[in-house]
Amino acid sequence: MNIGKNLGHFVSVSVALVWLVSAGMSLAQDAPAPGAAEPAKLEAPAAPAAQAKKEDPGAAPAQFTQGLLEQIGGAKVAADTTWTLIAAMLVFFMNLGFATVESGLCRAKNTSTILAKNFIVFAASSIAFLVLGWGLMFGDGNPFFGTQGLWFVGGADNSPAMGDAYKGVYSSINWTGVPLWTKFFFQLVFAGTAATIVSGAVAERIKFGAFYIFTFIMVVIIYPITGHWIWGGGWAAKLGMFDFAGSTVVHSVGGWAALAGIIVLGPRIGKYSKEGRVLPIPGHSMTSATLGVFVLWFGWFGFNPGSTMAADAAAIGRIAVATNTAAAAAAISASITAWLLLGKPDLSMMLNGALAGLVAITAPCAFVSIESSLIIGLVAGFLVVVSVLFFDKVKIDDPVGATSVHLVNGVFGTICVGLFAQDQFTPNTTGNGLFFGGGPGLFIKQLVGVLGVGAFVFVISLIFWKIIDATLGVRVSAEEEIEGLDIGEHGGVAYPDFVTVTTRGGTLIGGERMAEAAVGARTRELSKGTIS
Amino acid sequence: MKLVEAIVKPFKLDEVKDALTKAGIQGMTVEEVKGFGRQKGHTELYRGAEYSVDFLPKVKIQILVADDQAAKVVQVITDSAKTGKIGDGKIFVSSVEEVIRIRTGEKGADAI
Repeated sequence: MNIGKNLGHFVSVSVALVWLVSAGMSLAQDAPAPGAAEPAKLEAPAAPAAQAKKEDPGAAPAQFTQGLLEQIGGAKVAADTTWTLIAAMLVFFMNLGFATVESGLCRAKNTSTILAKNFIVFAASSIAFLVLGWGLMFGDGNPFFGTQGLWFVGGADNSPAMGDAYKGVYSSINWTGVPLWTKFFFQLVFAGTAATIVSGAVAERIKFGAFYIFTFIMVVIIYPITGHWIWGGGWAAKLGMFDFAGSTVVHSVGGWAALAGIIVLGPRIGKYSKEGRVLPIPGHSMTSATLGVFVLWFGWFGFNPGSTMAADAAAIGRIAVATNTAAAAAAISASITAWLLLGKPDLSMMLNGALAGLVAITAPCAFVSIESSLIIGLVAGFLVVVSVLFFDKVKIDDPVGATSVHLVNGVFGTICVGLFAQDQFTPNTTGNGLFFGGGPGLFIKQLVGVLGVGAFVFVISLIFWKIIDATLGVRVSAEEEIEGLDIGEHGGVAYPDFVTVTTRGGTLIGGERMAEAAVGARTRELSKGTIS
Repeated sequence: MKLVEAIVKPFKLDEVKDALTKAGIQGMTVEEVKGFGRQKGHTELYRGAEYSVDFLPKVKIQILVADDQAAKVVQVITDSAKTGKIGDGKIFVSSVEEVIRIRTGEKGADAI
């Protein structure tokens, strides 16, 4: 994914050079003249003259020395590394967004356990990705997983050397000129994002321990393997499938694993009535949910533009605008869709809308125009609303809409690369998509990648969830689910000063009675062995 | 002794409290409750799932009074809590067997 444009590099190098020159001058001379460097801003050859280490301003211009060349290179690495690390920190911050949006959309009695899952998932991901995940994903190996440099990011590596100058075992990521630990840290926060997507879908009935174990499996096995296919030089990359910042690698992978988890877990007690009606279980804090979505939106400005892993001035601003445009368009189309379909602009649907736009633009953001990102966002917002309604119709209980946001729009966004890509934005990479005269080739490659990843992740997740269920058990007891998982899983409630009562928007008595009936029914079925 | 329980609209609480203290009542207990009467509720959607909003937030005020005060207290509450619209609430008056002040151990009329 080499996106270095000559102009971009030239501008960033020149800017870095001006900084370097000013700093160098103030160190080397008694009378620093930073102003003298400014006229030389856009003329690299003139800069050495301004930087004359000799005291004599009338002397002949200095040579473009090897030392100078290394300084320029160092400045570029410094700029790239700084940007990549800051972007990575923004993505880290998204974990707060996930934690707050998920707990806000669920009941108060489960707040601690949801926060705990989102908290521990990053810690577990950090270690899992360090120990083995990185190596399986980015190590040189076969088309399916890495086999070299597997453990503790310990493989031979001479980053920030790039391209042909790179000598090491992580060649799939030698296109970026930052040091190894910067590469690792940036990729780590992405792995953490994929793992935390699962926690929302399985909320309010999953055992903390089951989720804990699945997270390790996710970040050590599932995520790195599919990641290797697309970003690690595996079969999908060789096929010519592109996923710039991870609509498939991160979001749909998380989404498929979440879907498998929902299927193994079953719906929450009281969610679907025996007659097939869908019953609402409102979240306990729209404040928390909204805060979370804003944090995620903010963090996405690291997720997408940061995936250049270079201070590529021409690209990162455009990618940021594409990201924001899609999010905004999706929020609007979600609000309108909810208004038309449901009668009122449901806040939780609008929030899901913004996230859907962000997920959908994640794969195409470097390859498409701003106008295209607007269209992608508009469609994503519509898709997420109908998807939430659809999943409930088929009794897939997703308390926060994670499958609608991440799975459906992860797939959609990846396919959008095949439709909206234009070669001019990242030349000699994707080529043109279907809508821009490139024919169906790219579109088909995207589809193949999506289906391959989907089949693998869904099946293997299903297997692992079933194994966990057979051993530890994935679902809490019916009594614990009614009481709230905070006490059963963690020994303490999130809001000890308040009486948290499940009201379901007002029908307190009806809801509790229904819940009790459901407990009785489920207990009877459990003891009969008709359900597991 | 009588226990007067009044369920009123939440925004009327301050008005009722002021009217009662002006009438000489020296203490009361207040709870946040939900309730409905003959008024019909309405249905809403949360993420496409329908639910009925029957219960509305109310406030319940409990006051203990001497037998001869009960009628006056009921009138004071009625006058201050009334809006004339549906959902104004209800007042229940019941007999109380015993009252004890915890700090001093006083009983009966001395404890009111």
